Amino acid sequence: MIVELGHAALWLAAAFALLQALAPWLRAPADDAERWTGLAVPAALAQALLVSLAFGSLVWAFATSDFSVKLVAENSHTMKPMLYKLSGVWGNHEGSMLLWILVMAVAGAAVSLADSPLGDRFRALVLSMQGIIALGFYAFLLAASNPFARLAIAPTQGNGLNPLLQDPGLAFHPPMLYAGYVGLSVAFAFAVAALLERRVGPAWAAAVRPWVLAAWAALGCGITLGSWWAYYELGWGGYWFWDPVENASLMPWLAATALLHSVAVLAKRDALRNWTILLAVVGFSLSMIGTFVVRSGLLTSVHAFAVDPARGAFLLVLLALYIGGALLLYALRASTVAVGEGFAPVSREGALVANNLLLAAGLGVVFVGSGYPLLVDVLGVGPISVGPPYFNATFGPLMIPLVLLMAVGPFLTWGAARTDKLARKLAVPGLLAVALALYAFAVWDVRAAFSLIGFALSAWLGVATLAILWGRMPWRTPRATWGMALAHLGVAFTLFGITASGALTRELLVNLRLGESAEVAGYTMKLVDVAPVAGANWTALEATLDVSRGGQPLTVLHPQARLYTSPMMDTTEAAIHTRINGDLYAVLGKPDGSGRWQLHVWWKPFVIWIWAGGLIMALGGALSMTARASARRSAAQPVGALVAA
Amino acid sequence: MTETPETPARSWLTRLAIYGPLLLFAVFVVFVGSQLGRETRVTVTSKLIGQPMPAVNLPGLGGAPGLTSADFKTGKPVLVNVFASWCIPCRVEAPQLARLTAMGVTVNGIAVRDAPDDVAAFLKTNGNPFTRVGLDKTGQTQITLGSSGVPETFVIDGRGIIRYQHIGEIRPEHIALLMAKLTEAGR
Repeated sequence: MIVELGHAALWLAAAFALLQALAPWLRAPADDAERWTGLAVPAALAQALLVSLAFGSLVWAFATSDFSVKLVAENSHTMKPMLYKLSGVWGNHEGSMLLWILVMAVAGAAVSLADSPLGDRFRALVLSMQGIIALGFYAFLLAASNPFARLAIAPTQGNGLNPLLQDPGLAFHPPMLYAGYVGLSVAFAFAVAALLERRVGPAWAAAVRPWVLAAWAALGCGITLGSWWAYYELGWGGYWFWDPVENASLMPWLAATALLHSVAVLAKRDALRNWTILLAVVGFSLSMIGTFVVRSGLLTSVHAFAVDPARGAFLLVLLALYIGGALLLYALRASTVAVGEGFAPVSREGALVANNLLLAAGLGVVFVGSGYPLLVDVLGVGPISVGPPYFNATFGPLMIPLVLLMAVGPFLTWGAARTDKLARKLAVPGLLAVALALYAFAVWDVRAAFSLIGFALSAWLGVATLAILWGRMPWRTPRATWGMALAHLGVAFTLFGITASGALTRELLVNLRLGESAEVAGYTMKLVDVAPVAGANWTALEATLDVSRGGQPLTVLHPQARLYTSPMMDTTEAAIHTRINGDLYAVLGKPDGSGRWQLHVWWKPFVIWIWAGGLIMALGGALSMTARASARRSAAQPVGALVAA
Repeated sequence: MTETPETPARSWLTRLAIYGPLLLFAVFVVFVGSQLGRETRVTVTSKLIGQPMPAVNLPGLGGAPGLTSADFKTGKPVLVNVFASWCIPCRVEAPQLARLTAMGVTVNGIAVRDAPDDVAAFLKTNGNPFTRVGLDKTGQTQITLGSSGVPETFVIDGRGIIRYQHIGEIRPEHIALLMAKLTEAGR
């Protein structure tokens, strides 16, 4: 019954989405346009409420293991812990599409409730765009992949969930990622509305800025969680694989990063109008393509829920309509949007333009790297794989000038910047950068030029960013400055973590009998015991490793080799001891048949800094979001003057 | 659109900047559209499919005859199951192997990197579906077969040609597939 109510709520929500889409376009007989436009906000709120009900009823079906619902029967199991019963709601195709719609509706409700500095009509247009996008996905859900479908005969037990996905990191990774993906739909809707209304300018930029920041922060958080999950779950200590599905989430993030910087230029200097609009369109387009690529089964990986071609075709048509429509509108209107103001090359905006170009180039490199193997495979040259070597050789070098500039940019003023004091301000970061590189060379014995540059750049950026805050009263510093500094500091942290863990990792692969010891990076580990243990839906062999350093006992690690029973699957549960200066990462391998156990142990220096940096970046974005953006005075000018200037 | 100024002459570069994204996206849609419904490969197959079985000469268990190349030239298709006593999924597939044997299929086993006593104990506990068992103590035969893990099961036709490789444990739903592959190999 509850499931049927959820299904009905979904239909009703779709009806409200339709109303929301039409509201600003309807004309009452007496041309009382206001009345219809005013319906957009209540429609958006009603839609959000109804989708929440629908989603809640699906959660209920999963929580109570109602196997008469096809989706539950296919993806859940009574023996699963409650957390994973709930995360099973979005661990499959239909449920994840419902989650997508839910996040979209919540974003619409947020737009309805927030201030609307551009006026009610503009808000109604933004909501209309959101309604139009949502309608396509409602149609997809209700017609092609109904999550509430019942089975004629309910099985007594469900099929379970891929054990790799039964993990707290992954339970929250998709909702975060979706918040980011779908959050970008607000920027997309703002861009389309601005093109329709010809209101591209500083006021628009100031209004869209918090939405971009919110989406960017959520997306960063989602990517960080996903990377952390891969690190501890996949069992070999990697954290980023340049997997097409990871790239699908990285590309919108890069676009959003470029967007939030170009929005700042547009808000302050009224420059980069077309470029900013294009980025807003491209950001959400890449999100949709990312979701589509994951869901279509076009790429097969751990992330993909294989889906039949009819659904893929449906999604492709939706994408073609939305993205193609927005790009067409952009092409038609871009030539009529007056070019904004010019600017001096050495200035805050000059640095931000360079930042945008580098980020766009990085985006292009990732796009080509992700698409190329598919293309080659189709052309019949034979399957090839584009792996980390390609990305390290192309993406890496692009990030060097980007990080160099990131440290300099904040010291430049808007307009023609004075450069006489710049050298003095950057002397300390420069010296410390060289010092860290020399230290890495001499003490850590690092010889690879790329790693030395990485160390130098992380010190350069970190210290220069701290220098921004140096000598300022913390409580009188604008929140936007705090946010920017935190985000840049996060990049320095992540860069340092990537460089250090890449250059200094120590690895040990041994066969140990019970009671024997081995040593890695000064840590001694003794294999004390291997014993069977059991969980709710798995059994495992668990090793007990006593870790000591210099004779002092430090910790005990328990790596497991797990066997899940529903469905049947082997997984490794790495045991990780995290310290601020590095992780000990132990994996239990197979016994060799003569009483010895294979152990794979890594010492990964400063690896936790990678994700700490990611979270700090997101925190910076969130902080910045709450700051009141100060648009230039010209924002108050009449609309026509901005467009036709 | 009265406020629109006279459109100035645009360079081709500007036009490209304006229409480029749309064109690029159109190419993407056409490309993806043409790919829908194409089957995706899910398994990595041995390079030896369609090739003769490499030379095998493995000792047997406790005086029983081992496994040699001659066992694959009987004119009748057989299964070769690569397993080990220390492999947990190998226990899971034991009932399926028993069912295949009961259906009249000849199954030969290769025990990889294993001690004879452990293999004997394993077969005692889980049942012995094998006509012949060869001990591959070094794992060398497994490598020449193009197998990278346990369990794996190969379909070999009556002339000793490898026809099919099944990676991972045989689950109940795989039996029909293996029977079909065996029938195909018998033609």
